Amino acid sequence: MDFAIHISGFVAIYIFVLAGFAGWVIIGGVPAILHTPLMSGSNFVHGIVVVGGMFALLNASTRQEQAIGFLAVLLGAGNAAGGYAVTRRMLAMFQSSGHRPNKTRRRKAR
Amino acid sequence: MTPASIALPLIGASDLAAAFLFMYGLKRMSSPITAPSGIFLAGIGMLAAVLASFLYVFTANPAAQSFLLTNVGLAILALAIGGGLAWWSGRKVQMTAMPQMVALYNGMGGGAAAAIAAVELFGARAPAPTQLVVTVLGALIGSISLSGSLIAWAKLDGVIKQPWRVAGQQYVNLAVLAGTIVVGGFLVFGGAARALTTPQLIALFFVCSLLYGVLMTVPIGGADMPVVISIFNAATGLAVALQGFVLENPALMIAGMVVGAAGTLLTLLMAKAMNRSVGNVLFTNFGAIPRRRAGHTKGSLKPTAAADAGIAMRYAKTVIIVPGYGLAAAQAQQKLYDFVKLLQAAGVSVRFAIHPVAGRMPGQMDVLLAEAGVPYDLIFQLEDINDDFKATDVVLVIGANDVVNPAARTDKASPIFGMPILNADQARQVYVVKRGQGKGYAGIENALFYGENCNMIYGDAAAVMATMIEAVRGLGTAAAA
Repeated sequence: MDFAIHISGFVAIYIFVLAGFAGWVIIGGVPAILHTPLMSGSNFVHGIVVVGGMFALLNASTRQEQAIGFLAVLLGAGNAAGGYAVTRRMLAMFQSSGHRPNKTRRRKAR
Repeated sequence: MTPASIALPLIGASDLAAAFLFMYGLKRMSSPITAPSGIFLAGIGMLAAVLASFLYVFTANPAAQSFLLTNVGLAILALAIGGGLAWWSGRKVQMTAMPQMVALYNGMGGGAAAAIAAVELFGARAPAPTQLVVTVLGALIGSISLSGSLIAWAKLDGVIKQPWRVAGQQYVNLAVLAGTIVVGGFLVFGGAARALTTPQLIALFFVCSLLYGVLMTVPIGGADMPVVISIFNAATGLAVALQGFVLENPALMIAGMVVGAAGTLLTLLMAKAMNRSVGNVLFTNFGAIPRRRAGHTKGSLKPTAAADAGIAMRYAKTVIIVPGYGLAAAQAQQKLYDFVKLLQAAGVSVRFAIHPVAGRMPGQMDVLLAEAGVPYDLIFQLEDINDDFKATDVVLVIGANDVVNPAARTDKASPIFGMPILNADQARQVYVVKRGQGKGYAGIENALFYGENCNMIYGDAAAVMATMIEAVRGLGTAAAA
């Protein structure tokens, strides 16, 4: 069985169209109150670019390719890690400010 | 079995899992209850994909074999530094600084996509014309997103205070963009009669793209930053998707495209909330035209003491609070909620009204109030609460300006005419907490402030809230004594 992935023109267009449509439908259901975490969450999701950076770096065969590949992984990792950290923090706040009967102060220690 | 024949299915399966978990995770973000588990699942997908990407060592091209050990070391170093620094900054940044952090991380993603494209271009790895076009396009979008997001970050963080505008700027921008596309065209189609070598051409292409990102973002005002961040978010998603096509990695294609669609949807929603087109946000120098006209501001500003306003709210039946960027800037959300709890204890019905473009990011006010612990059933969006203002005793506007300017309803000459606003002016009494007598971010006089039913409270929002809390507490103890 051949596990190598080959993507030719029309397959790519199918993927783009369907993924775009799925994204539109999924995001359309998010209430306005969550728009900031949503933006930061989708910001995290495109941090997957770090995988592309890893591919470029591990296939680097010159100094220049190593340098640019290193930059790609560095930036991609920052995108993913930072996006995850801020999204988690924001959502934790919504969690704690739900419909809770007790009126104690719930400010999180930072 | 060769190592490569094991590595490929493992990488494929992890990427597939990541793509699925991203979509499922985003789907779970449609409710505050399930959202934390959604981002957690997406995080697991990301972790799996990154760990699996180390297996690329088994499929590396022959030329890279002798570099493999160094490359793996570099990869670990890059992951540790980039991921570590961003994680640390993301944990410790204040909630009010969230918009600029998102802009920064977004720019990093765009930069990563551009860097991948650079490796492809310099290494001449994409021989087929389709691949080459897509690589160049991804490089362009990624670079614009990188430099543009950095400018957006600088603006939001206050490093750049004023929009920089010169006459004819749009033509300069257009020329730079056209030049960049021409250079890109040379890269794709070659051409014997050119003065530069290919590496020089590639470098020039990236310089032009980055320059265009800067030029495009510099003239846009701070009030429009929510739209700009959202656009760059979509742009980075698109750049990632395009690189995914070039690298034949469906996970990148799917994740990038989902984000591209999400960012586009958010951008359109916000533009609609401002009654402006996206093109209008990007290409008109909003707030730059002098538009002071005689007779526009009838009446006078009536300042009042914070303590009096606090007491008035204590004896009101219904209060609606309209938060704006000033609340975030003063970090007054916690004090505000303390004050609200005092009012609630006295039997006052208090609700919050959020305008879609209040703050510097869509939904920023919701996050701030959530941080303070305000239950989200007290928070209402514009269309759900706007009809209730007429029957409201007191409206407290904190650090918001343009989103409550009735000129948007009545004054055809106003630049914000037609923008849906919160009808704060229809309440019986309006208090506006404001730092000074200056205008809003859009630079427009606010007719609300001059209304008969409106009083101004000048001062830092945190100090004002503290005074109000004291005044209302004082009443309570006086009554008890």
